[in-house]
Amino acid sequence: MAYKYTVHNHIYTFNDLKALLAKATPYRSGDALAGLTADSYEERIAAQICLADLPLSTFLNETIIPYEDDEVTRLIVDTHDKKSFSLIESFTVGELRDWLLSDAADTHTLQQLQFAFTPEIVAAVSKIMRNQDLIIIAQKCEIVTHFRNTIGLKKRFSTRLQPNHPTDDTKGIAASIIDGLLYASGDAVIGINPATDNPAHVHLLLNLLDAFISKFSIPTQACVLAHLTTTIELINKNAPVDLVFQSIGGTEKTNSSFGINLSMLKEANDAALSLNRGTIGNNVMYFETGQGSSLSANANHSVDQQTCEVRAYAVARHFKPHLVNSVVGFIGPEYLYDGKQITRAALEDHFCGKLLGLPMGVDICYTNHAEADQDDMDNLLLLLGAAGCNFIMGVPGADDIMLNYQSTSFHDALFVRKVLGLKPAPEFESWLMQHDIMDDKGNILTSHKFQQHLTEKFISA
Amino acid sequence: MIEKVNDKKIVIANEWSALKKFTDARIALGKTGVSVSLKEVLKFKMAHAHARDAVFSLLNIDELIKQLSSFRLPVYLLKSKAADKHIYLRRPDLGRQLSDDSVNQLSSTNITYDVSISITNGLSATAINNHAMQLLVLLIPMLASSNISIAPICLIENGRVAVADEAASLLNAKISIILIGERPGLSSPDSLGAYITYNPKVGLTDEARNCISNIRKEGLQYKQAADKTFYLIKEALRLKLSGVTLKENSDDTFKLS
Repeated sequence: MAYKYTVHNHIYTFNDLKALLAKATPYRSGDALAGLTADSYEERIAAQICLADLPLSTFLNETIIPYEDDEVTRLIVDTHDKKSFSLIESFTVGELRDWLLSDAADTHTLQQLQFAFTPEIVAAVSKIMRNQDLIIIAQKCEIVTHFRNTIGLKKRFSTRLQPNHPTDDTKGIAASIIDGLLYASGDAVIGINPATDNPAHVHLLLNLLDAFISKFSIPTQACVLAHLTTTIELINKNAPVDLVFQSIGGTEKTNSSFGINLSMLKEANDAALSLNRGTIGNNVMYFETGQGSSLSANANHSVDQQTCEVRAYAVARHFKPHLVNSVVGFIGPEYLYDGKQITRAALEDHFCGKLLGLPMGVDICYTNHAEADQDDMDNLLLLLGAAGCNFIMGVPGADDIMLNYQSTSFHDALFVRKVLGLKPAPEFESWLMQHDIMDDKGNILTSHKFQQHLTEKFISA
Repeated sequence: MIEKVNDKKIVIANEWSALKKFTDARIALGKTGVSVSLKEVLKFKMAHAHARDAVFSLLNIDELIKQLSSFRLPVYLLKSKAADKHIYLRRPDLGRQLSDDSVNQLSSTNITYDVSISITNGLSATAINNHAMQLLVLLIPMLASSNISIAPICLIENGRVAVADEAASLLNAKISIILIGERPGLSSPDSLGAYITYNPKVGLTDEARNCISNIRKEGLQYKQAADKTFYLIKEALRLKLSGVTLKENSDDTFKLS
């Protein structure tokens, strides 16, 4: 069905819902690359006005990728909660925006509505929002997950310690882990991107992380970000797997380009649950996503990259993950060109994920061929801290020497915690204080017995 | 009253700085308040400046052509459809295609070759300017001594990896090799990558290729890189394939496409 809007006698026609969504999207290079953007500023706002007037029921009646062709669409349709949807059924997209900002839409109410929202509804409402709307509504959501600690509580702010090394040298990785722990990083997860997906090698890294966590009784969880087939194989060999990692996308075809599908994700989830390694909860999945992955795999079905991204969150929430991480600036300037586009996309991803019920974190990052620098990252860090982001990355000095991009440092996390009065996950905070790494005001102590203990053990090992 | 500061030791160093010897990661940076010292901030900014300059660096074309002539092979100077770096960054699809003029230059012949060698700046012309010749002076004699025939060399401005598929297929080569400047990292503004593709043709994607990454002074050495490339070429010719089904032990960490 076509949608129309008239500005000064000019009739803008949008051929279908996906075209309307794409044309209403704030400009970004990836949609331009895909040939989906509005042709003028006027057309973009015309599309936004037209989109704002659409009843939410439209999104139940018109799929943007056919049900028969795509298992992600089938998942979205089949898990839609019609009962809670009846509460918001009468809204247009624009009314939903106004209502989400109202005091009536409080934390509890938003939690009740998670499965009333489809990814397309959430994507649509985000497109007509300003950045401040994305922040204030996301801040109302509280998405809490458990494994060995509690992530996502309000006023808490966690980090994934990312101790990568270009050749996976275990001493090199361990040195970065120690540095991170001593800077209060690593409550969300200690997660290594391995340089190779070789199973024996991944096993070695899993053992290293397990030794750290058990020897020092650290209330956190480990992950080696290998392909899920590798991780399943290792679970079958009794490797110490806490969280299963996988990159996911918002279309069946994108996922098949990653070598996965929904049944493989279920198999991985079941395998990790069977190990029963969580002490206070069993959220065992760690997903990464990013705008542009569907286009990059020629799998976007002419759907704009942000809507594809939000569809990936429908995949994620089906498996009750511990962490979901949008690697927003990693994919490159052909998808998000500069600091402005990266910032907008990060706020959208965080907002959309939270509304759908996901424990969203963001890899606040950029590559060296993007028009961005650390000042852009500082700004985004503060915005996401204010929005209640569950976690960010902790990379030594913000410089990932394996993946060759810049993310956030241990110091950056301390900065945002200090400026906004945020604390690490409660169990991890206690552990830090118990070992005199941090005092009760959140200040990092740099001279203490534990660092001697850690480094001596390590260097003599 | 603010007391006069006499103690110049404002930045608190970390007692675990001995760990630095185990990794090039920026660990044990110390702190002032919760922040890193200005010295470290400026070090980081300089590394980023090198990486940014590398992205916008230009091929040293005259010098490269002069040096390549030593191989006594014809050299074509070609362009992709990405007219400049700004278009190149936004439009990877254009960087994968040869310009119409370049296609005409490689007009079809009946001669066939085993290997076609393409060279393009990619995301760091500095990498090509610094390392391409150093690798080729080792690799080309190895190919020649094994009677592997080499097509005219293509020096391509603003190409992506796949641009070499088009060049190599116009030159009737069984294998395409492309040397390309990789996306610069903070500590690696001049890292060279080599991609090997059997039966190159337009439309192939990364799973059809083998990659040797991180060729630079502080990374994979020229000799090792040349040996690896030569090995993969021989294996690809023998098995008539390349990509995920051609096993090797390169530690490629990311791919350009």
